[in-house]
Amino acid sequence: MQCQQCDKQAMFHITELEAGEVRELHLCEDHARVYLNQAEADSQQEDSDTEGGPLGVGQTAKELSEIDQLVCDMCGITFFEFRNQGRLGCPNDYVQFENELEPLIANIHGEVEHRGRRPNRQKQKTVGGEVLPESTEELTRVIGMRKDIRNAVEGEDYERAGKLRDEIQKILHKWHAEQSGN
Amino acid sequence: MKFEVLNTSVGEWLKGTGPESDIVMSSRVRLARNLAHYPFVSRASETERSEIEDFLHSHLTKTSVGSRLEYTNLGGLEDLDRQFLVERQLISREHADATGARGVAIDPAEQISLMINEEDHLRIQCIHSGLDLEAVWEQIRGVDEEIEAVVPYAFHQRWGYLTACPTNVGTGIRVSVMLHLPALVITRQIDKVFRSLHKISLAVRGLYGEGSQAFGDFYQISNQITLGRTEGELIAQVADVVPVLIDYERRAREFLLQETEQNVHDQVSRAFGILRTAQTISAEETMQLLSRVRMGVLLGLVDDLHVSDVNKLLVRTQPAHLQKMKGVDLDTKDRNIERARFLRSYFESGSPDDN
Ligand SMILES: [Zn+2]
Ligand SMILES: [Zn+2]
Repeated sequence: MQCQQCDKQAMFHITELEAGEVRELHLCEDHARVYLNQAEADSQQEDSDTEGGPLGVGQTAKELSEIDQLVCDMCGITFFEFRNQGRLGCPNDYVQFENELEPLIANIHGEVEHRGRRPNRQKQKTVGGEVLPESTEELTRVIGMRKDIRNAVEGEDYERAGKLRDEIQKILHKWHAEQSGN
Repeated sequence: MKFEVLNTSVGEWLKGTGPESDIVMSSRVRLARNLAHYPFVSRASETERSEIEDFLHSHLTKTSVGSRLEYTNLGGLEDLDRQFLVERQLISREHADATGARGVAIDPAEQISLMINEEDHLRIQCIHSGLDLEAVWEQIRGVDEEIEAVVPYAFHQRWGYLTACPTNVGTGIRVSVMLHLPALVITRQIDKVFRSLHKISLAVRGLYGEGSQAFGDFYQISNQITLGRTEGELIAQVADVVPVLIDYERRAREFLLQETEQNVHDQVSRAFGILRTAQTISAEETMQLLSRVRMGVLLGLVDDLHVSDVNKLLVRTQPAHLQKMKGVDLDTKDRNIERARFLRSYFESGSPDDN
């Protein structure tokens, strides 16, 4: 995708909430920096004008900056990074940032509840014949566990790393999600 | 090899067949899907991206649809070959330009393509010539269900299928119809028509060319929202507006014929004349002129030329196609000369080196 201000490749995908409107920006690194500096200056301006008046969707500047610091336990993305890139980090973000994403999603879609197709879990029983749950949150936990393994190995706690690997294997097996050659 | 084979065919979206194909170029549905046990593409490490590609590649070959598709590792391709796939609408421009592990599986008929590690882990696309959304949906749903039986898609009870960008969450569906609307452009009604579409939350964009500015008379209509409605409702939202646009365009074409036949005939003939005689010509100008000629053919103002010829030329005069045909890399200036040469010889001898 091309930068909206020049011919360079757009590296930053910014989702802005303005007066309840969602606006998407696609900018190259240089133009993104210019834009973000400008936006920061504007919001500081606005701050002092309205003394914490509503910004975005019914949230004060203070609330927004607190929201920005939220971190996903699985992939480690902050809400601030998401707002800057316009892209989420992992499936868990929809669970962990559910309350913060809701107004944004309501703005985009005008709805906050999926009504389309759903996975047919009757076809996807576990090896033991158990029916898998509809939501895949359990499987997404693996993302955080892989991070824990890296930390354990770094701290030379190989026993913990091994335990985590077994646990991951168990979850992947249950969901038929093992990495496989053919 | 394979890409040489592709080069002699035209691909599904420009076949020029199917219902309403005088105005509707193609119908397309795309589904965005992600694995539950990996970060989304933009957050995944190099290693994770490779694992995602391996996982999807190996699991796809277990499905009957996957085993029929040809898999291509995009990282291992030349720029020119990636560009070639973009021109055939088998991968997106973003997918071509990205870096890191990524691939695409394409069926021989070029109706189905599975993009791996695009913005989402998996993007399933199905495209048919003409207005054929129902059949496209049936086909893509079959593919999606087959893959879902062996691949754990990230799903949430409330949010539906989880996607990297919240604009795609829920159904993950994008329904698009590509229309050729030259008469609405000439009669200056196109803006008015599209403003009314925005009101019912449909997106419109022009077909993008080499310089990525919108040009020509080709427009794509698609749904904007993906959450809170069923796939059927979202398809209907697009499908319902298409007959209206077709009707507007037909009326505008009739109006042009009745009120300004000489003028239109003159424009079409001049466009045809330039295409047959130019010594150097850009991709943009070619597309604009081909658009006029295409309308001329459909209005009976051009003899000895079929819509399918024009459609074929629309894709084969694009940069990567020209270079693949010539067998060498060409800069813009040389491409323009080669394009003009190709067009002249095409019109002189009927259809050279054709299937
Ligand atoms: Zn720029
Ligand atoms: Zn996350």
